[in-house]
Amino acid sequence: MSHDAAAPGPEETLVALVRDAGRDVLASLAREVGDLALAEDAVQDAVLRALDRWPVDGVPDRPAAWLRVVARNRARDLVRAESRREAREERAHREDLVTGRHSAAPAHDQEDPMSSSYPGHFPEGPDEIPPEVLHDDLLRLLFTCCHPSLAPASQVALALRTLCGLSEEEIARALLSTPDAVAKRLVRTRQKIRAAGIPYKVPSEAELPQRWAAVLTTVYLLLNEGYSATAGPDLVRPALLEQALRLAGLLHALRPDDVGACALLALGLLQDSRRAERLDDDGVPKLLADQDRSRWDRAAIRAGSELVTAGLRLSTAGAPVDRYLAQAAIAACHALAPDYAATDWDAIVSWYDALLVTDPSPVVALNRAVALAERDGAEAGLTAVLAVPGLERYPLWHATQAVLLRRLGREEEAARADARAAALPLPEPTRRLLDPAG
Amino acid sequence: MTMYAAIIYSADVDYSAPEHAEEMAEYGAFSMAAAHAIRGGAALFPTATATTVRASGKGGEIVTSDGPYAETKEALTGFFLLEADDLDAAIALAAQIPAAWNGAVEVRPVVPMMG
Repeated sequence: MSHDAAAPGPEETLVALVRDAGRDVLASLAREVGDLALAEDAVQDAVLRALDRWPVDGVPDRPAAWLRVVARNRARDLVRAESRREAREERAHREDLVTGRHSAAPAHDQEDPMSSSYPGHFPEGPDEIPPEVLHDDLLRLLFTCCHPSLAPASQVALALRTLCGLSEEEIARALLSTPDAVAKRLVRTRQKIRAAGIPYKVPSEAELPQRWAAVLTTVYLLLNEGYSATAGPDLVRPALLEQALRLAGLLHALRPDDVGACALLALGLLQDSRRAERLDDDGVPKLLADQDRSRWDRAAIRAGSELVTAGLRLSTAGAPVDRYLAQAAIAACHALAPDYAATDWDAIVSWYDALLVTDPSPVVALNRAVALAERDGAEAGLTAVLAVPGLERYPLWHATQAVLLRRLGREEEAARADARAAALPLPEPTRRLLDPAG
Repeated sequence: MTMYAAIIYSADVDYSAPEHAEEMAEYGAFSMAAAHAIRGGAALFPTATATTVRASGKGGEIVTSDGPYAETKEALTGFFLLEADDLDAAIALAAQIPAAWNGAVEVRPVVPMMG
C-alpha cells in the first residue's frame, strides 16, 4: 500500500508478496499448532527460503500455498527437535536425581515455560485455507497481538513482527530502538503469551467491542508514531507509516462495516497524502500554509475522503462521532482545500467540537482554538488558547500564543511566550510509550 | 487448563475483625460463585503480623525482621488459586473478587509441578 510517486521495484514487490502471504500462513499455522512462537519461527524460515528461491525459480502460482507447505514442514521439524530436547533433558534430570548431582540445565532452560507443552502429534492441514477461516485466523492473530494484558510497546512490536512480517532490525529502526531491545521485548512478550495463557481466539460477543477498541488504539498509535515522531531527526518515518497503513487496511478489510476501522484507514491515507511536503529541504517541518498542495497525493486524498463519507454513513445517527472519524474528517477538510485561505474553518471547528465530546483533552482543545483563530480572528483565538487548562508545560501552547500575539502586534508579549516555549523540552508521549527499552 | 494465582492487594487491616464481616461475606459469596474454579486460597492477617525471614545460606544463620518484605500502600492480603481455560477466563474470574474494586488483583500463571 505504498503511495510513493515511484513505483516499487520488482524486489520490493516480491518482499511485499512474501510478507502478505507469510502473515496469512502464520495466522493459520498458529491456530493449527496452538503455539504462536513456534509458528512464527517456522514461517520466518519459510519466508527466508522464499526470498532465496523465488527470485531464481520464479514466484509460485499459489505463493501462500507454497509458503504454507514449507512452513508446516518446518514446524513439524521444530516440534520433533523440541520433543527430542525435552526427552534428553528429562533423562538428564532423572540421572541427576539418582546421582544426587545438581548440575541443572542452564537457567534460561529452567525458566522456559514452553517445555512440555508441545503436542505429540502434528496436524495435517490443507495447503489452501478457505477465506472465511483465514478471516478468523487473522482476527485471532490481531486480538492476540493487541491483548490488553500486554504493554502497548509489546503489542506494537509483536504486531510489526507477526502482522507486518518485519525483522527485529526493521522493528528497531521503525521504533527508534535497538535490535537487542526489540529481541528482548519480543521474547518476554511470547513468554507471557504462552505462560499466562493468552488465548488465540476471537473474543466473545460481549468482550468484542472493548477488545476491538484496543486493536484500533494500537494501530492508531502506530499511525501517529509513523506520521509524527514528536522529536528526533526524522519527523516522518515512511517505513513505519507504511506498515501502520497496511494494518489499518487489514482492519478495514476484516471488518468493512466498522466505523473505527474505516476512519483509521481514512486518517492514515489523508495524513500520508502530505508526506512529500511535510518537511523542507533541511528536514524542518513545513506549516500547512506553506506546503505546495500540488505535491499532495491526490489518489490518497480521494481514497481517504471516500472512506470518511463511508464512515459517516456507517455511523449511528445521534450518537457521538467516532473519535478517529472526527480526526479523519478534519484531515479531509485540510486535504480538500485548494489553498490555505480557502480552508473551511467553520467545518473544522465543528469537527473539533465533535471530537471534544469523545476526547476532551487539552491538546484537542488547543487545536480547536487554533482553528477558531483562523475562523474568528487572532483575538478570539488567543482567548480560546488561554482558556485551555493544564498546558503550562506544553511548548506548543506557548508557541501558539506567540503566533497569535504577534498577529495582534503585541511583540513584547509574543517574545516572552516564545521564550517560555523554548525553555520547555519537546513532548515525547508516544516515544516513551513505544520505546521498547522503556 | 492453566492454574493461576489471583494475588489480592487491598487495605492492610485485620479482616477477621467483626467490622470487616461484611467484606468477608463478599469473599464468601465469591468463593461460592467460583467454587468450580477455586483450587485453594487464603486470607492473611495484616502485615503488622508478618515476619521476613532470610538465611545466610542453606542451613545458615537465620535473620528475621519485623514486617513484610515490601511496604506498599495496598498490601498483599490474600490469594486464590484458580483453574481456568485461558487468561481471558482467569481475568473474568479475578474481576469478581471484591479486591478488584477495593484494591487490585494480580493474576499470574502458576508454574506446573514437574512429574
